[in-house]
Amino acid sequence: MVNKRVDQPTGTETVGHEWDGIEELNTPLPRWWLWTFYLTIVFAIGYVIAFPAWPMIDRATTGYLGWSSRGQLAEEMSVADQARASVREQLAQVPIERLSDNSELLQKAVAGGAAAFKVNCVQCHGSGAAGSHELGYPNLNDDDWLWGGDLKTIEYTLTHGIRQPGDEGTRTSAMPPFAGAFNPQQLDALVSHVLSLSGKEKPNAAGASLFADNCAACHGAGGEGNRSLGAPRLNDAIWLRGSSREALKQQILQPRMGVMPHWQGRLDPVTIKMLAAYVHSLGGGEDFVEVAADPEVKVDEQP
Amino acid sequence: MSNPEGRDWSAVVDDGVTKSNEPVSSAVADAEAATRRHEPHEPPRTTLPEKLYEKRAFVHNKRIDGPFRRFKWFVMLVTLAIYYGTPWIRWDRGPYSPDQAVLVDLANRRFYMFGIEIWPHEFYFVAGLLIMAGIGLFLVTSAVGRAWCGYACPQTVWTDVFQHVDRFVDGDRNARMRLDAAPWTWGKVLRRAFKWSIYLVIGFWTGGAWIMYFADAPTLVHDFWRGEAAPVAYITVAVLTLTTVTLGGFMREQVCIYMCPWPRIQTAMLDEKSLIVTYKDWRGEPRGSVKKAAKNPDQFGDCIDCTQCVQVCPTGIDIREGPQIGCITCALCIDACDRVMKDIGRPRGLIDYATLEDCEREAAGGEPRPAWKALLRPRTMVYFGIWAGIGLALLFALGVRSHTDLTVAPDRNPPFMLMSDGSVRNSYTLKLRNMESRPRRMEIAVVGLPGAVMWTDTVGRDQAAETQTVTVAADQVRSVRAYVAVPTGASSQEFSFRLRSLDEKGEIDTVTTRFDAPGEE
Repeated sequence: MVNKRVDQPTGTETVGHEWDGIEELNTPLPRWWLWTFYLTIVFAIGYVIAFPAWPMIDRATTGYLGWSSRGQLAEEMSVADQARASVREQLAQVPIERLSDNSELLQKAVAGGAAAFKVNCVQCHGSGAAGSHELGYPNLNDDDWLWGGDLKTIEYTLTHGIRQPGDEGTRTSAMPPFAGAFNPQQLDALVSHVLSLSGKEKPNAAGASLFADNCAACHGAGGEGNRSLGAPRLNDAIWLRGSSREALKQQILQPRMGVMPHWQGRLDPVTIKMLAAYVHSLGGGEDFVEVAADPEVKVDEQP
Repeated sequence: MSNPEGRDWSAVVDDGVTKSNEPVSSAVADAEAATRRHEPHEPPRTTLPEKLYEKRAFVHNKRIDGPFRRFKWFVMLVTLAIYYGTPWIRWDRGPYSPDQAVLVDLANRRFYMFGIEIWPHEFYFVAGLLIMAGIGLFLVTSAVGRAWCGYACPQTVWTDVFQHVDRFVDGDRNARMRLDAAPWTWGKVLRRAFKWSIYLVIGFWTGGAWIMYFADAPTLVHDFWRGEAAPVAYITVAVLTLTTVTLGGFMREQVCIYMCPWPRIQTAMLDEKSLIVTYKDWRGEPRGSVKKAAKNPDQFGDCIDCTQCVQVCPTGIDIREGPQIGCITCALCIDACDRVMKDIGRPRGLIDYATLEDCEREAAGGEPRPAWKALLRPRTMVYFGIWAGIGLALLFALGVRSHTDLTVAPDRNPPFMLMSDGSVRNSYTLKLRNMESRPRRMEIAVVGLPGAVMWTDTVGRDQAAETQTVTVAADQVRSVRAYVAVPTGASSQEFSFRLRSLDEKGEIDTVTTRFDAPGEE
């Protein structure tokens, strides 16, 4: 039970509580405090009128000013787009093989490509662009390229895709299935020979002869691959579909070949250019070799 | 708080109206008059306050002079000079850095303070200074009460400035109160408009000085008046003008009493050994006029109830009610009371800086202790020790800090990369920090990884080597993508990147990181 009393020295009523002999005086609050409170109410009413506030059945009231967080986002996005416009314009004008001359622009292209990669490419190539042995998505960080790894070539691959139906320029090739072509001993010998190309096993004559007859036409006599056909290099340490004997046998008997969609028509040329710059920057990019010195060969012509 | 409920100041006010601009010594006569109408100890009120809210009684404090007032002037002028003047001090840092002595460069994330340049990763210096400020406040409060509030707090300083403006435009206390009570005439309107425009100028100048800390001051002033400064500059000035005028010009002591959290904490920081402004009631009570005291010696105390201590108080409290939350320990009441005591020939110090312990001792007839002795006691020593310790630690850190710095972030996705020649490559993002205001060449080396070579995004793999040299622009961080390759047969292990500045200092920073290889872990 509170025990209110009047404090003698100040003549003020106490609120009736006591803590260790300390009592609280019931001093009136300053009036401006009250006015501040009224002001907050006025502000709140104004706010409710001006901005979206009341939740209705399918949307909130829109507010007199018409502001919305989505509208604000769209506005900010368009501002950001405008800020990027000049960079995109420059990128559109620079041929990709000249991009490395302008390091600042290249940097911006790589940054833009990194963002585009996260949206369009990570589904297959992985967020770190490391690909997948099991599924046959190439690792884009390394220095092994099926079709070539300079800026121009990467851009072409991105634009036209690989084995993309309906794109005349798409990169296309097929490894024939050799199921039934070899008996088990022959297959073992061939696999041993292929592994010997990269020093994993000892060479053998039977395998070498089988390789020369069946494989060298595309993969090269020493297994050095053929980029114009997209035939993988076999004499290096990188194996797109795995380096175990089982994986190799399967690839010889029932080859699997990857498909990459083309991006022209789905991404604009500038974005494709930025993606190419990004993929090239991952650590395995190759220098562009100028071939235009011979006027008969156009740079644009790709296999 | 100055609750006028139980005390009728109108007696004093009425009296003052008849004799405006009187010198303080007339306070004696004042007091005679006041005492006639105003009994010092009214019987306690029995009616309860019915009001929930109370109209504010504006504080019109009276001009006073004295040692504390002069000290307050001094502190005010020094703090204002620091505030308004600092951005204009120049400091030559060479061609690559701004030449403003104190500059918070938000755009480039640098904080310049004379010879010191703070980078974002060194924000602990600022944190340390803030902790020092906090503990410094504890130190000051435990030693001398709310002296920070009374002299150096910006709210106090600007309130003081605005009160001087009031005095300059409207006259001293009595004239101001008369004008406040007067009906609105053209003269009053003009006078108020004039006064408030001075408020606005002060507020504007205050806000204007603030933004000078965030950009090159002369350039900013130029741009500001040409309308070319950043919008945030105009917004900041507008907001600070508004808050300065509102808080300093109109809210004043209301901020100290109702808004500021410090007086709440202060009650816990003070103890009976803290020097605070105290009224020595055993000496002052019962109050009585000079005449009464002359008629009945030994019946009255030294206080003649002239209320000068109340009239000069910038927060409008009556210190004679004891230590209270509204007292900012500015000691102007001491100046006022000492002057009155001198006039009526009694010893000074009826209101004085004293500890509650001293008061008890003196009340019991003990010898007064010199005030400075109250400062030296274990509690203040401990605060000072912590405060000084942090300060020394900061100075030490400042002295030994390196002007180069390396951070290494290994790529984790993928952790390693098998190359076609069988070698294993790891990628790292290195951040090379050059904290000097000149471009510097720096050498990055791979240490403790046999056979390893490195290259960067700028040199290419054909120039792979054990070390690479890069140039870092003045006062910048350069991000370098580094590739480290180890020939066939590498295993996962730890190694280090060593950064060395290629100059006369040869500063070295070594960072240990990890090299990942297949078939491990």
